[in-house]
Amino acid sequence: MSIEARGLTKRYGDKTAVDDLTFTVRPGMVTGFLGVNGAGKSTTMRLILGLDSPTKGTVTVNGKLFSRLYSPMRELGALLDAKAVHGGRSAYSHLLCLAQTNDIPRNRVDEVLSVVGLSGVARKRSRGFSLGMSQRLGIAAALLGDPEILMFDEPVNGLDPEGIVWIRNLMRGLAADGRTVLVSSHLMSEMEHTADHLIVIGKGKLIADCTMAEFIARSGQQAVRASTPQPGALARAVLAAGGQATITGDVTVGGSPELEVRGLPLERIGDVAFAAGVPLHLLAPARASLEEAFMELTADSVEYQAGMAISGQRAHATVTEA
Amino acid sequence: MAHLTDQPGGPAPAQPVRAVPAATRRSGLPGTLLSEFTKLRSVRSTWITLAVFFVASVVIAVLAAAGDRRNSGQAQFDPARDSLAGMLYLGMLVIGATGVLAIASEYGTRMIATSLTAMPRRAVLYAAKAIALACVTLVVALVTAVTSFFAGQAAVASTHAGASITSPGTLRALLLATLFVPCFALVAFGLGAVIRHTAGAITAVFGLVFLLPMILGAFPASWSNALGRWLPDNTVLLQIVAAKPTGQHDLFGPYGELAVFAGYAVIALAAGAMAFCRRDA
Repeated sequence: MSIEARGLTKRYGDKTAVDDLTFTVRPGMVTGFLGVNGAGKSTTMRLILGLDSPTKGTVTVNGKLFSRLYSPMRELGALLDAKAVHGGRSAYSHLLCLAQTNDIPRNRVDEVLSVVGLSGVARKRSRGFSLGMSQRLGIAAALLGDPEILMFDEPVNGLDPEGIVWIRNLMRGLAADGRTVLVSSHLMSEMEHTADHLIVIGKGKLIADCTMAEFIARSGQQAVRASTPQPGALARAVLAAGGQATITGDVTVGGSPELEVRGLPLERIGDVAFAAGVPLHLLAPARASLEEAFMELTADSVEYQAGMAISGQRAHATVTEA
Repeated sequence: MAHLTDQPGGPAPAQPVRAVPAATRRSGLPGTLLSEFTKLRSVRSTWITLAVFFVASVVIAVLAAAGDRRNSGQAQFDPARDSLAGMLYLGMLVIGATGVLAIASEYGTRMIATSLTAMPRRAVLYAAKAIALACVTLVVALVTAVTSFFAGQAAVASTHAGASITSPGTLRALLLATLFVPCFALVAFGLGAVIRHTAGAITAVFGLVFLLPMILGAFPASWSNALGRWLPDNTVLLQIVAAKPTGQHDLFGPYGELAVFAGYAVIALAAGAMAFCRRDA
C-alpha cells in the first residue's frame, strides 16, 4: 500500500520537469505534495500513473508498475484534472464507463455519486458543471474502486469554503481508515490542516521529505504572537526568562499592542506573564510563519518570480541537513 | 467484563469493510469493451452522426436510382450500385468523422488521462475502442445498406428493371457496401490516434479522400490509371458496390478494391497503435 519513486526523472526536450526524485508515500496518513506551480507535481503524478514514461528511474504502486496492477481502480484512485471528462456525457455514464473497465458493479456508481453529493445531477451532462462540481465528479471517479491508495492533484481548486472543509475531512477520513493518501498543493495553508507528512519539491527536485511536525519545528514556528496592554513589561519578563521579544507594531482588535516572542514555548510565555502580573489579551502560535517558511524554502526554485531578494539558500540548507 | 472472556485473544482485528467486491479476474478486454460501448452510446454526437449517415444514405439512394431510371433499358444499368454508392461517400464523410472522434475527442477533452487511469494497459484500451467502433459502424452500415437497397429499388419500380436481393451480384454489393463502412471508420480511427487532434485528423481524412484523387488527375494518364485502383476514386467506389462490375482493366474486382481499403485500415490501425501505446498520453 505505498507509492515508491526511485531516481524518478522526466525531461521534455531539454527541460527537466522531474529531477531524480526518490520518495515513499506511506499508508495511514495524508502526505502533502507541496511545490509552487510548475515545480513538477502534476508530472510526477502522471509518471506514477504511467501516463508519461520516465526518462530515468522508476515509480511503483504496491511494488508494481501501475500498468501491471491486477485491478488498477481497486488499488489506486486518482483525480488529476477535474475537467478531463467528455462534457457531453452525464455524470452517471462517465462513472459507469470507468467502473466497467474494472468490473465494478453498477450500484457502486450510485454510491459514490451520493458520497460526493452529486446524486441530484447524476443524469445531467457534465459540460454544465461548475469547477467545484467537476472536482466532486473527479473525486467520485477516484473512489469508485474503493482503493487503498488515493491521489489528488490540487483537489480544492475551485471549491467553496464548505467544499474545502468537506474534502479535508474526506482525506483525513481515508487516511484514518489506513489508506495511503497523496494530495498535491501549491499552498502551504491548505496542507497545514490536512497533511501529516510533507514531500516538498521545487524545479523537479526534492527539497524536503519530513513529517508536518518536523517541518513546523524547522520553520521557526516557535514564534508566538502575544498581545498585552503592557508590552514593555512582557518584553522584560520574556527577556529575563531567556527568550526574545519584538514589538511588531500591530495591534489586536481590542487595541493592545502585539509582540512576537521567540525562544520560549507558548505555555512558558503564559507562565512568565502570569508570574510578572502582566495581563495577556492574546497568546497564539504565529501561523503566518509557516507559509513564509515554505515560500523561503522554495524561493530559489521558483521559476517565475518577482524581483525580490530572498534568502532561500539558507532555508534550504537548514531543512535538508536535519 | 463477561464478553471479554468470550474472546480470550481480545477482539478480532477489524476487517476493512469492502465497498466493492474483490476482482474475480484481471481487468482486461471484456470490461473495457463494455466500457467503450457505454462511451459511444452515452454521447449525443454518436446518435446524431449515425442518424445523419442513415437518413442521408437512404435519401441519396432514392435520388440516384430515380435519376438513373432513364438508362433502365441499357445493359450496364445497375440499380443495386445506384442505391449503394451514396452510402460509401457518406461513409467516408460522416463515418470518417465518427472514427476520428472515437479517439481524438478523448485527447481533446483530456478524458484520455482518466480512461488510462482506469485501464492503464494501452493495447487493451486501444483494441477495445477499435472493436467497439467496428461493431457499431458495421451494424449501422448493414441496416443502412439493406434499407438503401430496397428504397432505391422502389424508386425504379416503374421501369420493372429493378434488382432483387437474389439478382446476380446483389448480395455481394450489399456485403461489400456494409464492410466498407467499418473499414473506413478504422482508417479514420487510426489517423485520429496518430494525430490526436479532432480538426487535424478530420482534415487529414478528407485530404486523403478528396485531394489525393484530384492531385492524381493532374498526372499523366498512364500514371493515374496505374495508381487509381489504390485510391478512393469515384470509379473505385462504384466498382465496390457494382452488381455488374465493369471489368475495367485499370481496376481490381469488387472484392479486390474492398481489400485495398481493408489494407489501409490495417496500416492505419497499426500506426495508431504504435502512437497510442508508445507516446506519452
